Amino acid sequence: MYDVVVIGAGVTGCACAMELSFLNTTVLVVEKEADVCCGTSKANSGIVHAGYDARPGSMKAKMNVEGSAEMEALCARLDVPYKANGSLVISNTEEGRAKLLRLLEQGKQNGVKELRIVEKEELRKLEPHLVEEACCGLYAPTAAIVCPFELTIGMAEVATLNGVEFQFETKVEAIKPVEDGYVLTTTSGEVRAKTIINAAGVYADELHNWVSKKKRRITPRKGEYYLLDKEVGNHVACTIFSLPTKAGKGVLVAPTTHGNLLVGPNAEDGTDKSGTNTSRHGLQEVLEKSGRHVANLPMRQVITSFAGLRAHEEEDDFVLGEVEDAPGFFDCLGIESPGLSSAPAIGKYLASLLKNKLGLAKKEHPIRQRKAVTRMKDLDLAQRNAWVEKNPAYGTIVCRCEEISEGEIMEAIHRPLGATTVDGIKRRTRAGMGRCQAGFCLPKTLEILARETGIPMEQLTKNGRTSSYIKGKTK
Amino acid sequence: MSEKVLTCIGCPLGCTITVTMHDGKIESISGNTCKRGEVYARTEVTAPVRTVTSTVKVAGGILPVVSVKTAGDIPKEGIFPCMEELRKITVTAPVNTGDVIVENVCDTGVSVIATKNVEET
Amino acid sequence: MKKELVIIGGGPAGLAAAVAAYDAGLRDILILERDERLGGILNQCIHNGFGLHTFREELTGPEYAGRFIKQVEERKISYKLQTMVLELSHDRIITAMNREDGVFQIEAESVVLAMGCRERSRGALNIPGYRPAGIYSAGTAQRLVNMEGLMPGKEVVILGSGDIGLIMARRMTLEGAKVKVVAELMPYSGGLKRNIVQCLQDYDIPLKLSHTVVDIQGKERVEGVTLAKVDEKGKPVPGTEEFYTCDTLLLSVGLLPENELSKKAGIKLNAVTGGPIVDQRLATSMEGVFACGNVLHVHDLVDFVSQEAMLAGKSAAMYVQMQTKDYDQPIALLAGEGVRYTVPAYLVTEEMEEPVTVRFRVTGIKKNCKIVVYQGDVQLLSKKRPVVAPGEMESVLLKKEMLHTKEAIRICVEEG
Repeated sequence: MYDVVVIGAGVTGCACAMELSFLNTTVLVVEKEADVCCGTSKANSGIVHAGYDARPGSMKAKMNVEGSAEMEALCARLDVPYKANGSLVISNTEEGRAKLLRLLEQGKQNGVKELRIVEKEELRKLEPHLVEEACCGLYAPTAAIVCPFELTIGMAEVATLNGVEFQFETKVEAIKPVEDGYVLTTTSGEVRAKTIINAAGVYADELHNWVSKKKRRITPRKGEYYLLDKEVGNHVACTIFSLPTKAGKGVLVAPTTHGNLLVGPNAEDGTDKSGTNTSRHGLQEVLEKSGRHVANLPMRQVITSFAGLRAHEEEDDFVLGEVEDAPGFFDCLGIESPGLSSAPAIGKYLASLLKNKLGLAKKEHPIRQRKAVTRMKDLDLAQRNAWVEKNPAYGTIVCRCEEISEGEIMEAIHRPLGATTVDGIKRRTRAGMGRCQAGFCLPKTLEILARETGIPMEQLTKNGRTSSYIKGKTK
Repeated sequence: MSEKVLTCIGCPLGCTITVTMHDGKIESISGNTCKRGEVYARTEVTAPVRTVTSTVKVAGGILPVVSVKTAGDIPKEGIFPCMEELRKITVTAPVNTGDVIVENVCDTGVSVIATKNVEET
Repeated sequence: MKKELVIIGGGPAGLAAAVAAYDAGLRDILILERDERLGGILNQCIHNGFGLHTFREELTGPEYAGRFIKQVEERKISYKLQTMVLELSHDRIITAMNREDGVFQIEAESVVLAMGCRERSRGALNIPGYRPAGIYSAGTAQRLVNMEGLMPGKEVVILGSGDIGLIMARRMTLEGAKVKVVAELMPYSGGLKRNIVQCLQDYDIPLKLSHTVVDIQGKERVEGVTLAKVDEKGKPVPGTEEFYTCDTLLLSVGLLPENELSKKAGIKLNAVTGGPIVDQRLATSMEGVFACGNVLHVHDLVDFVSQEAMLAGKSAAMYVQMQTKDYDQPIALLAGEGVRYTVPAYLVTEEMEEPVTVRFRVTGIKKNCKIVVYQGDVQLLSKKRPVVAPGEMESVLLKKEMLHTKEAIRICVEEG
């Protein structure tokens, strides 16, 4: 019997798990995928929003502003790439100015700092590649970018270090209330919990509806993206937004913390909650909208495209907290944008609710930090040599595009909640994330993964289950 | 009289060769740039042949397989039987380029030889 | 560490450059190779068809590489394996790393760039669909099958009819996989004609020209792909979709010279080839730095890579031995009508003792045409060609005595 079972190991679930791990309690995180950060958390814009978008008084506004305020310090503790690059909402027409002013006002109400309108001349200085028509913008210097993979992984690792258990490839199939809590039927057997945190992303409505009469509905709202080569990563410095519409914040152009350029997403409501496929029309739409504010986007430098699903809830706000007719069942539901920015605050909020509910005490000396996998590329000559001396594997480059060494891959495997899949290695080290998209390094990565884990080559997967790479030996 | 149009595989040029046949006999060959083309066309219309390249398993080597080839052409219909025979073989490292892996593979009179060195681990 | 010549890359280009530089008198040569052995990509190209020009016999890739490795060993030219070059600076200081030496720097008097190329990935094509396991570039699959003895799949669809795609169609078939179809976006194959015959026709593998992949199915492992016909602009034609069940999609959709080091060093690149802009000595815009092989422009025959690399090696040796001179205005070589690019891009006439082979690719398939070279209005030479295709590199030979002015030279493909 666990005090808390968290369902879903995305950024929200992992934030909850980490915050709970600072308390004296027993926590299990169950995840249907083979690793943390496999759903919406892995396919989003990686933006830390300043907080002017959300309706004042909403949960989205509160969590966004609180989460963003805490993000930089959290990333420093977790050794997660974070960059306060600022954001700009651009209007190409004078008519748009009124909307910018409304956003400015909303931002002020939400408590966003340093927010201001910038005029054409300053816009050009900030962003030389804006289109000629760009006439004014809302500048939010507090907006930032973060690596969503490393943030999720970092929080999960801290949780693990503090004793939280993770169980992967475990899908929850039923939840039944019992006298002292809940029984979860999962693909890995039954689990008993006093309380549940429902952080199941696009599936959170289904879980909620099993235990509550007040039904929820989540629409998977697809967004498609292009990722461009690092060579053009500085095409813009800030995150460039269009004026928001009903469907969301529109197609943005942003640098990533690792120096790539990200263009997307569109927004298309669907029904398939696992439908993370890109489409010709979706990619076309992003392409058409991408040039609205940024000129000469080097789209020939695209290295990959991908799609993510936003968990859009009908009421258009985060649903956070204990479900009225299901005591001990806590929702984190409808966590779409600004979900990533809000995650630190959501984690804290849920942990405080659980603390009260279960009467939990604070842990004496919880671990609050972690060190990410060594980033050889960022070290100077002497530091690199020290690593190679310690372990020669740091001297062999496996992923040439991102300059990732064998030592880093080994580190990603042998760490708390280490990588067991090729995607797991990729998200922990960036091996295979570069311009050749693992064309060169895949065979070597498989070899290292097989050697270090003892898993036979044929059973190694991209991301669990049947996603194997090798269908046998030639002979 | 019949005409067969072939693409020569003798070299990367890939000449288009026309073979005129009469009663199963070759009357003329045209379109080839060199002698190799004529030879190719002649055998291709009567008894086509190919060189087979593949790998065989290696025990105790720095690579799990070593690349091999038939030292000469073998009949086209012999390709898959040859592959089948190679599938059964394991050689022991070290292997050197030119080492005979199978003599007279599938009774073709042609040997299979290694095309790479595989050193011992 | 100081070296007279550092060669970045120990594939066919790097090896030939090293041998030629040695034979031209250099002794202080170092080859830096990132893989575990010399020979580069040839080690996994176990099929035959290499070396007809160079050795007058048909060799497999490893054998061809072996011949050059032997020459390097005989000359006792030094090399470092599993060594990655991280940076080339403006003043030819090379920063590299390996297990034994850690990070180290070399001051190179001259440098030959021979880093080769990489395959275009799915991402660059924007093929829609899921991103499951089972999508490989043809070269990755080739390495798995031929070097590691592993089968990446059993039911295969191949996109792209470049030579690697065709070769892998046969290779996978021989190893027991079912290759269902090869789709090619263009109305013609990008590969050599003989490979269409001996890799596809021999095994009854259909080739669908003017077709592309419009969807990839399978959330975990590839379960199938949808092909569709494309119009003249390369756009899929609605209603022509055909679904193929398969567990593997191989991509053979083009090669890109790997010039990240060159770019960071500030070497000028040609936008068409993706390789450095060079003169007839294969000297790049950076003094003392030469380029050859697939890093310069993508070749279809390794024999030509070797020829080109020998020139680069020799030029590097001459550079070290004589240092620079002040040259007169060079003559520009331009890609005219029907020609995509030329290598070299200009001629330094003072150094044109020997005839210059100008290699180029045409823009489209043309039958019964001629290749004509002009300088200004003067026709320098004309040669008849029964057929030219973008997939096959062309060349002309220019001699110093042909040139009487400094006007630009144009190479064109014309009717007739």
